[in-house]
Amino acid sequence: MKTMLLLVDDEESFVDILAERLRNRDFDVTTALNGEDALQKINEHNVDVAIIDVMMPGLSGIETLREIKRLKPLVEALMLTGHGTVETAIEGMKLGAYDYLMKPCDMDQLLAKIGEAKDKKNKHEEKIREAKIKELSSRFV
Amino acid sequence: MKAESDKNHQYYRTLTRMIVVLMISISIIPLISIGGITIYYYSRSLKNNTIVYLETIVNKHKIHIDTFLEEKLADIQTLVDSATVEQLLDGSFLRGRLETLQKRYGDFVDLGVVDNRGYQRAYAGPFKLEYARYSDADWFKKAMTREYFISDVFLGIRGLPHFIIAIKTKDNEGRIWIVRTTIDIEKFTSRVENIKIGKTGHAFILNRYGEFQTNPKFKDKEDTHFVYSILKETSPGVSGVSVVETEKEKRKRVIYAISFLKNREWMLVCKQDSADAFSSLYHVRKLVISICFVSFFSVLLISFLLAKKVVGRIERADLEKVKMREQVVEAGKLASIGELAAGIAHEVNNPVAIMVEEAGWMEDLLEEGELEKGDTLDEFRRALKQIRAQGTRCKQITHKLLSLARKTGSQLSDLELNELIKEVVGLSQRTARYRNVKIETELSPDTPPITASPSELQQVLLNLINNAIDAIGKDGGTVKINTRMDNKSVIIDVSDTGCGIPEAHIQRIFDPFFTTKPVGKGTGLGLSICYGIIDRMGGTISVNSAVGRGTTFHVQLPIRPEGK
Repeated sequence: MKTMLLLVDDEESFVDILAERLRNRDFDVTTALNGEDALQKINEHNVDVAIIDVMMPGLSGIETLREIKRLKPLVEALMLTGHGTVETAIEGMKLGAYDYLMKPCDMDQLLAKIGEAKDKKNKHEEKIREAKIKELSSRFV
Repeated sequence: MKAESDKNHQYYRTLTRMIVVLMISISIIPLISIGGITIYYYSRSLKNNTIVYLETIVNKHKIHIDTFLEEKLADIQTLVDSATVEQLLDGSFLRGRLETLQKRYGDFVDLGVVDNRGYQRAYAGPFKLEYARYSDADWFKKAMTREYFISDVFLGIRGLPHFIIAIKTKDNEGRIWIVRTTIDIEKFTSRVENIKIGKTGHAFILNRYGEFQTNPKFKDKEDTHFVYSILKETSPGVSGVSVVETEKEKRKRVIYAISFLKNREWMLVCKQDSADAFSSLYHVRKLVISICFVSFFSVLLISFLLAKKVVGRIERADLEKVKMREQVVEAGKLASIGELAAGIAHEVNNPVAIMVEEAGWMEDLLEEGELEKGDTLDEFRRALKQIRAQGTRCKQITHKLLSLARKTGSQLSDLELNELIKEVVGLSQRTARYRNVKIETELSPDTPPITASPSELQQVLLNLINNAIDAIGKDGGTVKINTRMDNKSVIIDVSDTGCGIPEAHIQRIFDPFFTTKPVGKGTGLGLSICYGIIDRMGGTISVNSAVGRGTTFHVQLPIRPEGK
């Protein structure tokens, strides 16, 4: 099963080309140009990792992250940030983002982080599954 | 610039003068008051003392002299009462009586008995005066008309100063006789002449014609009328002594103490120069005045030196303040440039990120190795076009930044206000967009070019716009900038739909380091720098605010700065 990515950035050209490159690397990519759009998409698709730009008009990256974590706690998030907003990225990590990346980011680095985030999500899901099995089996005993 | 330094110079001079005047008045007024009060009370008490002293002396001697005269009169009266005229006419009897009187009292010179026609019928004494004729003598005429008579001092037949006591008596047949005696003038006058007060104080006796009855040491031409006029003008004290200080000659004041003697026929006058009587007062006065003078000059000197020093310090402090302000402005400039730089870096970052991604995409395509395929070539072309577009975007941003950097420094130049505002708005637009703030401008097309420092004005506008954006919360709002003409100045209004400034803060917003932002977020210098800049341009900056509805800053700028 392909990893499902959600790419959120207000810069359309950036979102398009990055999405294309990631699709080329065998990811399922869905895009959003603002926070509200992103929240809608996260409900529609089974997103594994969300890549969110911090600086966005309207709902900011941090607020979007908070909402996503509220709606889908298992979705991992990577924050994209410019130089001036490292503090916001750190704030994002406190809110549960997996990591942050400086923009413009290296593709290999991005892929590595996506991989790590996906692994973390998988582990989480595994644990949840195990817990459920345990619960079920304890019920049967 | 020269006019300003002149103005400053004038200001410091005025300040110096003010300090000097203040210090002098503070130190001199009490000094003069103390000196004046001291002199006043000292002179009053000294005058009182002098007057009382003179009064006492005059009174004492008046009593002395009156008593002396009464005694002599009583002695002769006793003589006349105790003997008949017949006995007195007997020369040896008369001599015997004179001897007795001289032995007991010592003041009597001679004794004589005169008949009613003025012939001396009996005489005892050192002179040969038997049968001397007194019918024309003044004392005789007077003595005939009253019980007794004491004459003024006169030279008489003998050519020696003396005075006479005459007593009227009657013999058995009712004829009138006069018994007369001469009193030693020396002994009489020495009492008065010996009165000495200070250097010039002395006493004398005058008769009503102004003739000296004593022989004073300083024989001034004493005008009886003068003394009488003094007496008329003043009422005598309790003791019957009049004391008066009068200007006898020019610049020479004299104190008189006057009392009548001998049934108002004679006057005992005690006289002293004021200068002598009040010499200690003059001494004290001189001392006080010289102390005042010395103090005044030393205070003058000290205040001058001190004022110079203080004003020098103030001048230096002012200079430092100006320097400090310049540094603060510089620091504020750096801070706002830093803010701007962060925004611009972000703005550049986006196209750069796109270019990097496009280049990466092209690499991906190359790796796939399907270069020859038509759609791959198209994709390549698209990517290159995108890279160029994003590069152009970067160029625009850097140009904006360069135009800002070129306009640093505070030199004045003519500038189009509207262009400047558009530029600044352009720079702020992106920050505003991220905060959901719309910046609207409504610029009056007929604003004339103004003379100002572009970088400073830019800084003011950036500050005001940034503040306006900060004032607007997450829900977004509008910042409106409009320009308008008012009389001979241009007004820029920067209004926002933000939170507004509470009444309590509005007084302090232009104070340096006043900020409501958390520590590390705001320096509190922005508005104070704006104020300084606008003030130096000769303009004003004011604010209207309503909590919850928004704030408007009005910047009023003269079209030509002052002094040009």
